[in-house]
Amino acid sequence: MIRVFGWNEFLVIVVAAQWTIALSAIAFAGGSIGGLLIALMRVSDVRAFRLFATGFIRVFQGTPLLMQLFLVFFGMNISGFAINPWIAATIALALHASAFLGEIWRGCIEAVPKGQREAATALGLRYYHSMRQVVLPQAIRIAVAPTVGFLVQLIKGTSLASIIGFTELTRQGQIINNATFSPFLVFGTVAAIYFLLCWPLSLVARRMETRFSRATAR
Amino acid sequence: MNMVSEIASAPRSRGASDPAVRMEDVNKWYGSFHALENVNLTVGRGERIVICGPSGSGKSTMIRCINQLETIHSGRIVVDGHDLTAGGKNVDLIRQETGMVFQQFNLFPHMTVLDNCTLAPMKVRGITKAEAEETAMKFLRRVRIPEQAAKYPAQLSGGQQQRVAIARALCMNPKIMLFDEPTSALDPEMVKEVLDTMVDLANEGMTMLCVTHEMGFARSVADRVVFMDRGEILEVATPDAFFDAPQHERTRFFLGQIS
Repeated sequence: MIRVFGWNEFLVIVVAAQWTIALSAIAFAGGSIGGLLIALMRVSDVRAFRLFATGFIRVFQGTPLLMQLFLVFFGMNISGFAINPWIAATIALALHASAFLGEIWRGCIEAVPKGQREAATALGLRYYHSMRQVVLPQAIRIAVAPTVGFLVQLIKGTSLASIIGFTELTRQGQIINNATFSPFLVFGTVAAIYFLLCWPLSLVARRMETRFSRATAR
Repeated sequence: MNMVSEIASAPRSRGASDPAVRMEDVNKWYGSFHALENVNLTVGRGERIVICGPSGSGKSTMIRCINQLETIHSGRIVVDGHDLTAGGKNVDLIRQETGMVFQQFNLFPHMTVLDNCTLAPMKVRGITKAEAEETAMKFLRRVRIPEQAAKYPAQLSGGQQQRVAIARALCMNPKIMLFDEPTSALDPEMVKEVLDTMVDLANEGMTMLCVTHEMGFARSVADRVVFMDRGEILEVATPDAFFDAPQHERTRFFLGQIS
């Protein structure tokens, strides 16, 4: 009954990587929108916004990602939604990413000198334009490296979705391993694929960082 | 004290009836620190005011209240006939009508000189890019650096950057210009080019409030010199009276220290 870990098994694992990529992409997209909102709330003049954003960040930074996945997964079930690992994993990871990106980007926004905001205000620019045209473009330059760093964390974090039954790279590895009993080969392959996904990102981050800093050197 | 308030409120309007700026009993605190104490000052249209005083005396705070970069806790500020204490719309209006030049230039480093100058007119006034660029070039020529329009701020010297900052503020066609120690962050050899630009502006009749330690500028350009210490206006006088016959003991002490 034991299958041999051959070309076909290898391909099955490689193909499963698309779900890891899809989950990462959706979680990152959701997390970007949420993270921008959280970051803007964190630096807002409105106290209620600041308190909410701070609380949100504390909760997600202070609990394990696995618990966040469980809570969303089982929480959805309790509130009467059908159990759907796809949706649960996406929501949990997007919320998780919102909190972390929010905190990273808050730092980047605050790293833009206060005088920039003041100059924009003194010119008559209101909140939207002074953020959009003046502060955020400068914050982005600072944000590139830590953001891609977090994206790498997020891609590796999607492996936890396997525990709530979402069949991505890790879960597919487990399934193949159950059939082949070649854990070293199987998980070696899985790890190598994660590495191939993450490593180029780090390279891209470094290149973008130098490009941005050259264009906007002070 | 009587004399101070008399001169401070003397109307010297050169244009319409409303003064450019009127501050009445303005108070501001940072925590328990009294940053502005019963400040009264009326600035006529076209008037050039130089504000001096030791550091921490409230000079910058005072002019930053005029465009509401700082809020006040009591009193009244009326700029160009618009009461700032009424808030909201008036504050937006005032910010569009006052230009400000900062000690640290505060140019937008990710934009070219030209884009620095066109951003606010396009986004705030809603004029077209072509119009905005035409205006920008006009003012860049006036501060004598049109050839730098395509460069980024980091590629310019400090003096050039500060002149761009002046041009950027002028592009909004302000009625009042506020200068917050515009030459304090400059290397000595660049101070003159910025002061010359400011003199040009004064000669064209711009209403100006300048916080500066350049006493030569104060003497030759100012209509009145305001001396502040510990959040209070202690003395307001014409440059001749201020430098030759200072009334207040702390003014004499200050002038003795800087000369």
